Amino acid sequence: MKIIVLVKEVPDTYGDRKLSLETGIADRAASEAVLDEIGERSLEVALSFADENPKTDVVVMSMSPESSKATIVKALAMGAASAVHIVDDTLSGADLGLTAEALAAAISRAGFDLVIAGNQSTDGTGGVIPAMVAELLEVPQLTALRSVTIEPDSVGGVRVSDNATLTVSSRLPAVISVTESLPDARFANFKGILAAKKKPYEMISLAELGVQPDNANSARSIMVAVSEAPPRAGGVKIVDQGDAGEKIAEFLIANRVA
Amino acid sequence: MSEFAEDSIVVLAEVTPSGELARNMAALIGAASLVGTPVVLVVTPPGAGADVARAAAQVGAAHVLVAESAEVTTLLSVPAADALAAAAELVQPDAILVSNSIEGRDAAARFAARTRSALCVDAIGVARDDEGVLASHSVYGGTYEVTSTATFGAPVITVRQGAIEARASAVAAPVIRSLEVAASGRRAASIDSIEEETQSATTRPELRGAGKVVSGGRGLGSKEKFELVDQLADVLGAAVGASRAAVDAGYVPQSYQVGQTGVSVSPQLYVALGISGAIQHRAGMQTAKTIVAINRDEDAPIFEIADFGVVGDVFTVVPQLIAALRSRA
Ligand SMILES: Cc1cc2nc3c(=O)[nH]c(=O)nc-3n(C[C@H](O)[C@H](O)[C@H](O)COP(=O)(O)OP(=O)(O)OC[C@H]3O[C@@H](n4cnc5c(N)ncnc54)[C@H](O)[C@@H]3O)c2cc1C
Ligand SMILES: Nc1ncnc2c1ncn2[C@@H]1O[C@H](COP(=O)(O)O)[C@@H](O)[C@H]1O
Repeated sequence: MKIIVLVKEVPDTYGDRKLSLETGIADRAASEAVLDEIGERSLEVALSFADENPKTDVVVMSMSPESSKATIVKALAMGAASAVHIVDDTLSGADLGLTAEALAAAISRAGFDLVIAGNQSTDGTGGVIPAMVAELLEVPQLTALRSVTIEPDSVGGVRVSDNATLTVSSRLPAVISVTESLPDARFANFKGILAAKKKPYEMISLAELGVQPDNANSARSIMVAVSEAPPRAGGVKIVDQGDAGEKIAEFLIANRVA
Repeated sequence: MSEFAEDSIVVLAEVTPSGELARNMAALIGAASLVGTPVVLVVTPPGAGADVARAAAQVGAAHVLVAESAEVTTLLSVPAADALAAAAELVQPDAILVSNSIEGRDAAARFAARTRSALCVDAIGVARDDEGVLASHSVYGGTYEVTSTATFGAPVITVRQGAIEARASAVAAPVIRSLEVAASGRRAASIDSIEEETQSATTRPELRGAGKVVSGGRGLGSKEKFELVDQLADVLGAAVGASRAAVDAGYVPQSYQVGQTGVSVSPQLYVALGISGAIQHRAGMQTAKTIVAINRDEDAPIFEIADFGVVGDVFTVVPQLIAALRSRA
């Protein structure tokens, strides 16, 4: 079985994240870059299946600037067999539609039985790429899975929806997305880190994929304004002297929020 | 001439598994009414359309398109995306609004990818200028505000639940008609079983869009002791939230999680009990108007953004607070 895991480099949420106020594009220099945690969990789903099923080929795929190679190699060190990295200067500031077109084209080119994505990235938080990719690939999508069962010719799981919990399934090929309820990823060990350097790593451009960033048939979403919210300042801080509960009550009443 | 207004906005109504209009549709239709004339699409199992259409009119749908299909409860997303494609084709709207819910996002994503429409996600507001409909977004946990729109054509906008205050007035005589939907033939995942969340018997408000939220963290110590959070919430008439650590420890279900990968809230009052205030938690609540925090650790980062912070033990401070509020009620 061939599993493609969609992983994304994101600014570390533990640090300050910045957008350029001119372009609205993430300022990659402003923060530490990491593999999105949910992408790591997606990879873990694929790797634990591969542990049990040795004929599994796990490919990680990402669309990002060339500079994120080191981050993607980390996914190889964790155990993926090869990487496909879509790199193209014209992708800077790509919207969701273009991102989905590029990923779908690279997935079809690679061939696949199952695509595993995260339900939502910590920077985009769009949570739409998996379903968009599924639509473009003309396969079913099973999103927001909190548990996953992969069989040789089908995939299923429990999906936490808005007002309900659903059990869903589909024959392969299919696209799934998983939530943070799935287990944390394994660490890359020293052997994995050494092995990663020798694993196939392919960089492809949009032209090779036949995807056009400016296309008269595809409307794009564009940013027309960006502004920074003023930072929030702290207010009063008291140490409880036995009457803090009373004091909070007074504060709430004075502010008309009791 | 088209039977639809020039400034029509197609709204995909969300229907619960038992066939009722989802509660948050008043806000979605309210949002549409800010930028045009709402034309509401309801996709339901056979026989359920008329009731949902009437419920939609109650919250401001002047025009309702009803697409009934037995597949909505057996197949994921594709029936809704197909109906959306038919509705957009018929109405030629200026924008398409969908709830930024799990089901809404999937339908919007499929529709936008299929029709190569611009997709603007997680909007907290909508507006209109000379060139069309715009969406505003709160990015990186409320640190930035961004406005987006489509290069051309009608944007597909998913609207954050609980973010819109506008409400449209009830429509006494709505135009309700059925919509012919051509099946796309796309393969869809099948829904093998549905377990609907029982609307809890309490009158406690929903977390998304609540005016007041009381959240508890790992500091509550156990599922039993988390009860204290519920008690304060009930005295204040607030919704209950939690940190990821509290969710991971099993004190409350995942749907309670506030933060980066949970729910984003922007209430009048946010009370954080036994929550350290990790950056990922703050990302989901720092746009609250007033923040109150109680934490034993005077260096907890939550105090950096709290309007009123108490260094103290939740198990002594909160019961006193509850008693004080009750005695003044
Ligand atoms: C990618 C990613 C996404 C994340 N998304 C989220 C998210 O969406 N939401 C979220 O909340 N977190 C999220 N986190 C986790 C986040 O980093 C923190 O681990 C989490 O918020 C901590 O929860 P907490 O404050 O309850 O626990 P802790 O950090 O353990 O804090 C508990 C606090 O309780 C206090 N305390 C203990 N006992 C008492 C007492 N009796 N009285 C008063 N105070 C007491 C302690 O002093 C301490 O400050 C995410 C992390 C990552 C990496
Ligand atoms: N640029 C990208 N490269 C690879 N995968 C991506 C990219 N953007 C989004 N994804 C995948 O889609 C999921 C949801 O992301 P998002 O729609 O940005 O919230 C992520 O967890 C990834 O699996």
